[in-house]
Amino acid sequence: MSTPTAKGVLTTPIFKNNPIALQILGICSALAVTSSMSVSLVMSLAVIFVTAFSNLFVSLIRNHIPSSIRIIVQMTIIASLVIVVDQILKAYAYEMSKQLSVFVGLIITNCIVMGRAEGFAMTNTPGLSFLDGVGNGLGYGFILMTVGFFRELLGSGSVFGFTVLQTVQDGGWYVPNGLLLLPPSAFFIIGLLIWVLRAINPEQVEENEFEMKSNTQPKEAV
Amino acid sequence: MEHYLSLFVASVFVENMALAFFLGMCTFLAVSKKVSSAFGLGIAVIVVLTITVPVNNLILTYLLGEGALVWTGIPGAENIDLTFLGYLSYIGVIAAIVQILEMFLDKYVPALYNALGVFLPLITVNCAILGATLFMSERNYNLGESVVYGLGAGFGWALAITALAGIREKLKYSDVPASLQGLGITFITVGLMSLGFMSFSGIQL
Repeated sequence: MSTPTAKGVLTTPIFKNNPIALQILGICSALAVTSSMSVSLVMSLAVIFVTAFSNLFVSLIRNHIPSSIRIIVQMTIIASLVIVVDQILKAYAYEMSKQLSVFVGLIITNCIVMGRAEGFAMTNTPGLSFLDGVGNGLGYGFILMTVGFFRELLGSGSVFGFTVLQTVQDGGWYVPNGLLLLPPSAFFIIGLLIWVLRAINPEQVEENEFEMKSNTQPKEAV
Repeated sequence: MEHYLSLFVASVFVENMALAFFLGMCTFLAVSKKVSSAFGLGIAVIVVLTITVPVNNLILTYLLGEGALVWTGIPGAENIDLTFLGYLSYIGVIAAIVQILEMFLDKYVPALYNALGVFLPLITVNCAILGATLFMSERNYNLGESVVYGLGAGFGWALAITALAGIREKLKYSDVPASLQGLGITFITVGLMSLGFMSFSGIQL
């Protein structure tokens, strides 16, 4: 990789090298919290905060960490940051922290945080690492917010809790699609989102390991 | 007994770690290309979950919870609440147990050790493990319940990943749109599986 520039590390993770859509990282804690936009927003902010600062701190002490225990050191830094986030949420947004339940704690095992600390912060300067953390957090947040937008709009007819489509229950015309409030819908939306992102950037398409020969007739295959 | 049985069934089917809570998704999607490796990882997850959830339960009950340190006899111990240190200790315990298990298997059960291979260290960063521990502490399970819950959660996860690997092996021969190839179609498959598992919700034994 050529020397990373400040603008590059901040913007590429959002579309070109999205951590969720391309690297399959950090889906674990992502999907269950996207049923409404405000929850997704809080979760994104928490992840941006943790990735950015864990990158910063790991990068600051990268020359002093013996490589045999680096994973434990990174884990400790990340877990401490998550504790900070959790305590802040409990103190100032108790309702929100109840809704997020265990998923704040699961930021610790979010592969994005760990992956960026290991893959970027260990070899780059603190300033750049911080920006890289923010960029990857934004990439994660972008997917989360998009999924949250569709699930909340079509599932309960509102955006950020404000009614956009008046639902039938409130005397409007929109019949809400209950499926979108259930967990499986998040998989469909992310699957479709990956489809769209890869149709725009064809170089991200995965190679087909079992391609059919072009001259094979369909009836021969059966 | 009935209570434990119902907890077990609920944690396998109704609250399936992978399909209802999306935990352990990274490994779930990455290691589900072949049934054999998916099965190996599944067994490893069952073993680790059955050990770590009860151990973390003991740590919570005797070290971290509010007033948990009373047994030490330190004056004022009933006012100490170390719950905020939870995340740090749980992840430490999980990492340590995985390491110990790896050494133990290497020495005494080499066949199983070779079968699990690279999957054991991967498990430390599997969210299903930490997730089960966090659910345990949030729902205040006792020791017996946490053993059953750990076993059930692991079993459910293993079941889900083996099933997905089976589907993906068949899916190799289907003609998927180019941009949906690989990850995209896997997501949609998992969505359909998850929809199927939703039909278990509400089951009471």
